[in-house]
Amino acid sequence: MLTAKGKASLVPRQMLVFFVILFSFPFWSQSVGLYDYIGIEIAIWIIYGLGYNLLLGYTGLPSFGHGAFLGIGAYGYGLAHLNLGSGVWTGLIIAIAAASAAAALAACLLSHRRGIYFALLTIAIGQIFWFVSIKWHSLTGGEDGLLNILRPELNLGVTSISLKSNVALYYLVAILLAVVVLLLWRFLHSPFGSVIQTIRMNETRARFLGYRVWLIKWTVFTLSGAFAGLAGGLFCMTQESAYPDIMSLHASGLIVMMVLVGGGFVSFWGPVIGVVVFFMARDLLGSITETWLLWYGLLFMAVMVFEPEGVAGMWDRLTRRFFGQFPPAPDTKRSTQEELST
Amino acid sequence: MSFFVAENLHKRFGSQVVLEDISLAFEAGGVSGIMGPNGAGKSTCFNVLTGLYRPERGRVLFDGEDITGLAPSEISRKGISRSFQVMTLFDEFSALDNIMVALPAVRSGLGRAFWEMRADSALADQAEAVLAQVGLGGRERVLASALPYGERRALEIGVTLASEPRIVFLDEPTQGMGSDGRTLLVDLVQKLRTTYTLVIIEHNMQFLFQLADRISVIHWGQVIAEGTPSELNENEWVRSSELGKV
Repeated sequence: MLTAKGKASLVPRQMLVFFVILFSFPFWSQSVGLYDYIGIEIAIWIIYGLGYNLLLGYTGLPSFGHGAFLGIGAYGYGLAHLNLGSGVWTGLIIAIAAASAAAALAACLLSHRRGIYFALLTIAIGQIFWFVSIKWHSLTGGEDGLLNILRPELNLGVTSISLKSNVALYYLVAILLAVVVLLLWRFLHSPFGSVIQTIRMNETRARFLGYRVWLIKWTVFTLSGAFAGLAGGLFCMTQESAYPDIMSLHASGLIVMMVLVGGGFVSFWGPVIGVVVFFMARDLLGSITETWLLWYGLLFMAVMVFEPEGVAGMWDRLTRRFFGQFPPAPDTKRSTQEELST
Repeated sequence: MSFFVAENLHKRFGSQVVLEDISLAFEAGGVSGIMGPNGAGKSTCFNVLTGLYRPERGRVLFDGEDITGLAPSEISRKGISRSFQVMTLFDEFSALDNIMVALPAVRSGLGRAFWEMRADSALADQAEAVLAQVGLGGRERVLASALPYGERRALEIGVTLASEPRIVFLDEPTQGMGSDGRTLLVDLVQKLRTTYTLVIIEHNMQFLFQLADRISVIHWGQVIAEGTPSELNENEWVRSSELGKV
């Protein structure tokens, strides 16, 4: 029966491997020359990247202004902390709500656009939010941003844990990342996950199948903004500050590059790989030369020219070449491709 | 009143008038044809009837309901389905997945986070039946992009049928097909006519004369002749035109 293979498990093998690496990181990070803080950064950017890939890789909507929602999340968390004295959970909820609301508003303008018009409009919207963050001194602190947002105590009801130590903060971020991964995996394996891909492949046909494409785009954009908001809130918590730079066009471009290098178009795990590659490049190349971003840019160009499906695409191709007889992954796109090749 | 009616449709692009006062009527249960040379306005007419373009003037009525100017998604939800001259398949999906996403059950189940359409055997059976109907039984797991041209055409029609339509518009289904492919397509349409109300655009007159109960001939954005194939055979203009020589 065809359908026997169709069921995607709740926690597939790749996810188990990911969780093992994620939760064991502080135990082995130092022995490979890494440190807890980079783990926090990577985990936060993976949340951001996975949410962003809903738009880029799955729905095929290139947003070049997504830093706005990361920034709004950061400011949301920071302002809640400074003005309301809110703790971890309230702060993060406010960060998510603020970014979702901003994304929902932006999506009203974007949901009827596609292709180059969509892309250009996202740049414009991103720039508007960035500009506001610089000019609205009384709220955002202008170019300096919001400072002295001290890491709070994590209230767990019976006890509370200080997040001043990077290990404690790492585990908070890692648990939230795990929840995000589980949520997104389920979402993308529901009918909604298949339908957003039809918009990438042929938007006109999707409309003629009765899908209200604008509403689906609006929903995906808003959701993606919500994940960016969560990442932004955690970013602010980690850095103890929120500043306009993360909303700039340059910073918005970074997430696009990360997702493309990792292979967001062909794999759920593309953004994860892309974020890890970026931060490793920053630290490894950065320790050798100050111009590491130039070399990362060249790496990006090389990937786009020689391996446009990114690291995940390359991995996919190589494993099929060497282990062609392996059972197909539950991932829909690749399972059919693998079947073809066998 | 006919099942599907277009009244006095006008459509222009800039200064170019593409449809000028076109009126059409399609009966339930029949096969209707729209014929005309390239550039006559056939496709524009289809696009107006199925909601891609909004007409400047005129009305489109489906089963007595005014659907003029509705969005394609809303028109589709009323039971009007169409194929495209230029293929619009989901190339990275398998043939089966192409059909599945077109099933109304999937559309209405969008909010069900824990439902997996690929693991639902009733749904798969339904999709397999559609594929078998268009002659693609056994090709379920093949990627749409990997299918040969004729099978892609068949899948295009399969996706159109999967939405359980009340009326089906086929836009130049013989486009790019050889004579073998056309023969298969004639058989397919003969089979489908027992279940669906069909409207077919073609510039291939032979094909349409074999299948259609009534045909409207469009030229210069107007309906210049209308009738059964045998009536049109007697029509002076159709006989003298290039259409018969295709």
